[in-house]
Amino acid sequence: MIDKPSTLVQGTLDMLILKTLALEPLHGYGIAQRIEQISHGVFQVNAGSLFPAFRRLERAGLLDTEWRATENNRRAKYYALTKHGRRKLEAETKEWGRQIGAITRILDAQS
Amino acid sequence: MPLMRNLIAGLQALFRKQKANSELDEELRGYLDAATAQKMKNGMSREEARRSARVEMGSPDRVREEVHSAEWESVVETFWQDVRFAARMLRKSPGFTTVAVLTLALGIGANTALFSVVNGVLLNPLPYPHPGQLVTIHESKPNFATGSISYPNFLDWQRDNHTLSAMAVSRPTSFALTGLGEAEQAQAEFVTSDFFPILGVKPVIGRIFVRADDQRGAAPVALISGGFWKRKFGSAPDIVGKTLNLDGRGYTIVGVIPSDFDLLLGNFSPSEIYVPMVQWTNNLLFSRGAGLGIHGIGRMKPGVTIDQVRADFAQVTRNLAVAYPDSDKATGAAFFPFRQSMLGHVEPFLLVLFCAVGFVLLIACVNIANLLLARSTGRSREFAVRAALGAGKSRLIRQLLTESILLASLGGAIGLLLANWGTRAALDSLPASLPRAAEVGIDPRVLLFTAAVALSAGILFGLAPAIRISRTILQDNLKEGGRGASGSRTGAHGVLVVVETALALVLLTGAGLMLRSLVRLWDVDPGFNPSNVVTFGLSLPTSMWKASPAAIRAAFREVDSKLASTPGIEAVSMNWGAFPLSGDDEWLFWPEGQPKPANQSDMKWTLEYVVDPGYLKVMETPLRSGRFFTARDDEHSPPVVLVDDVFVRQYFPNENPLGKHLFLDSLEGNQQAEIIGVVAHVKQWGLDTDDTEHLRAQLYFPFMQLPDSVMAGAPLGMRVVVRSRGSGAGAVDSIRQSLQQLNSGNVMYGVQTMDEVISSSIANRWFSMILLSAFAGLALLLSNIGIYGVIAYLVGQQTREIGIRMALGAQRRDVFRLILGNGVKMALLGIAIGVAAAFGLTRLMAGMLYGVSATDPLTFVFVAVVLMLVALAACYIPARRAMRVDPMVALRYE
Repeated sequence: MIDKPSTLVQGTLDMLILKTLALEPLHGYGIAQRIEQISHGVFQVNAGSLFPAFRRLERAGLLDTEWRATENNRRAKYYALTKHGRRKLEAETKEWGRQIGAITRILDAQS
Repeated sequence: MPLMRNLIAGLQALFRKQKANSELDEELRGYLDAATAQKMKNGMSREEARRSARVEMGSPDRVREEVHSAEWESVVETFWQDVRFAARMLRKSPGFTTVAVLTLALGIGANTALFSVVNGVLLNPLPYPHPGQLVTIHESKPNFATGSISYPNFLDWQRDNHTLSAMAVSRPTSFALTGLGEAEQAQAEFVTSDFFPILGVKPVIGRIFVRADDQRGAAPVALISGGFWKRKFGSAPDIVGKTLNLDGRGYTIVGVIPSDFDLLLGNFSPSEIYVPMVQWTNNLLFSRGAGLGIHGIGRMKPGVTIDQVRADFAQVTRNLAVAYPDSDKATGAAFFPFRQSMLGHVEPFLLVLFCAVGFVLLIACVNIANLLLARSTGRSREFAVRAALGAGKSRLIRQLLTESILLASLGGAIGLLLANWGTRAALDSLPASLPRAAEVGIDPRVLLFTAAVALSAGILFGLAPAIRISRTILQDNLKEGGRGASGSRTGAHGVLVVVETALALVLLTGAGLMLRSLVRLWDVDPGFNPSNVVTFGLSLPTSMWKASPAAIRAAFREVDSKLASTPGIEAVSMNWGAFPLSGDDEWLFWPEGQPKPANQSDMKWTLEYVVDPGYLKVMETPLRSGRFFTARDDEHSPPVVLVDDVFVRQYFPNENPLGKHLFLDSLEGNQQAEIIGVVAHVKQWGLDTDDTEHLRAQLYFPFMQLPDSVMAGAPLGMRVVVRSRGSGAGAVDSIRQSLQQLNSGNVMYGVQTMDEVISSSIANRWFSMILLSAFAGLALLLSNIGIYGVIAYLVGQQTREIGIRMALGAQRRDVFRLILGNGVKMALLGIAIGVAAAFGLTRLMAGMLYGVSATDPLTFVFVAVVLMLVALAACYIPARRAMRVDPMVALRYE
């Protein structure tokens, strides 16, 4: 376990957001929480990069938004994957796996 | 789709910014609440949880800013902010803005105008299908590289070649048109049947000519132009089959040609009537050696190059030379791409002018850059404040560039208006020789060009001040208060002044060379005195057309004596054959004492002027020796001729030509004529080009001695030249009256003064010179303003320095010399660079010059001196002002 939260690999935030939403629609804080929980605190995403990413994904047609009541009965903006977003996630996951595999092979060969 | 959605969302955000912001705010609040709730669940107190959540999320403003800057519309927004700020800045200094915008409008307007001409004339594709396949065709002979094609040769070329899909010949003419209202002389063109198909012209109604119309003995048919159809027949649809009476002969109208048809070649002007070539009643039409002013066009087969065509025709003409050595021994075919024939003569003029306006715009840009530099010094404090408040360097540069591009856009918009108006005005005053002038206008390409020019101008003149500003930001200008030491600043300004002076010098040199060429041309002795001479065409009443030769001669004698006795008229002459600067005609001859050459190719050529005894008095061509014709040299007396200096030099070197005889092959019966006098050479081919032509020998023959067969054609149309006591134009009315008194059937047409003939022969040069001079004048004015502005500005900046110098004992004279010296140094450097540049560039216009070399030292020196004087004058006022600086005031002010 790493003590300090590490910064995200460039360009992976979008993929992580899509992945978190694959199960169910969430609001902004929920997404941040989920990422932190699942990564066991390795990744902490701050609002400053999270919200621009939401805008980006929404504009690209990967996310849908809806204002809903939270479990605490407050109004919040919920994000959900669109069909397009789901496809994008699959493609990204596959591509990520390919890259990770390649990188691992390279690192193993060197050591 | 995503792009579309992105666009729509962006636009929504732009226009409903309030809503978008409040939504984001609510979302952020929700985020904060959720985070707080979570932390409280984890055991923090409410206060603690709240604070910790705040720290984690960061300032909502920053988040908002980051969201905002991730979206494209924020770029639009900053841009819009910049534009509004720039507009405010420009409004704040209306004087500067007006000067800058007007200067740019002039520069961009001139460029747009000239580009629209270049675009319409040179860049737009020719208005014919597959224009690249079109060629022009001429016959090359010893005396003429692009001579007239004889009709029999044309027929054989057409039959024997393998590389052209079609070829046709044409020749302008005119017909006396009768039976449709008042008798008139109608502009017409002889053509062969493939003429219109080659150019892709379809008849508006009826049909065009077919091969059968080309056959000898075919029934006379005619095509008319749409304009003529409307004018004479009110565009009546039943036109086909009607009869036209041309030169007293009935032609059946078979169709109508579109009214906008034009061939766009120099020797072609749109006609009202088109008639098959075989209908020409000229006896020489079927003579293989005749030069009748017939030229051709052709269409190459797809995939064939012009070199293949040339090779093909080399074979064809070689065969003809063997078959007809008498006429074709030294005859070939000459081909040129259609575009080159059409535009070859205007291209260099237009390109030189285009360069010139480019230079003017550059100078305008330099001037504005200077103004902006001066302003930027004044504004350095403003920028220092903005930099201190967190504006980045690139942000400041972007804002400055927005300002200059806004200026350029304003200038461009006004320039476009100026160009639109100016192009029309310029084209209306244009010599008729500019082809395709009707196609010149503002089109999308011109708009694009103007936008590009304005944008690059804006960047060009905006960049220097922007760089300067960004550099000064690094220094702490807040403290210095923008006072600034003057030393380094002279640098940028000085460079601009030098550039400006050099550009102006190049332009002035170009204009100077053109001017010198024209002066040289005006000084050229044309061999006659053009003032008070008027020339026109005359056709006798139709009743005379079938008259006997004796009656025709009598009628012309009557015209001659009637005009000669008209008040205000000094002398009159008929003219047939060649006429200076207008039309040429040649005769074949051989000198006495030699056997008749076996074939025409071995005979000598001469230009021939068929005239009356009054001709010498009309034209005032100097008589070198012998005598001119008299009334007694008539049809009953032995033929006589005069020849010119060149003729004597060429054919009778070191001999006295008087009393010698010539055999004139072109006149029936090989008439032998005695040389009775020698006159001065006349510039037949043009004031500028005559010296370099091959065929320059000239011969004069008495009109009354023309053989009867030739005389029979005279009533259809003769040229008349008249010398009047007052101006030629003023005499036209009394001439017309006299001719009408004689017979109301006389038709007078094509009236021109001889001065007009001369000026239209150099109209192209004249026009280019005027434009080039106008641009050079503009350049001089702009650069002068620039120099003045810079020197005045520098004096303003140096006030303190001058004050100190004076306080330390410098004399006013020294200060004056210092300031003037500054200006002179810059001007001299600019002149030196300009001379070097002009030395290289004026070579490009060598083809446009006459009698003066492209590196004419006199012009160069003169222009340099003028520019130096102008620069001195521009420095004088600021230097005077500097001289009067009161040291006390200057120092206290600081």
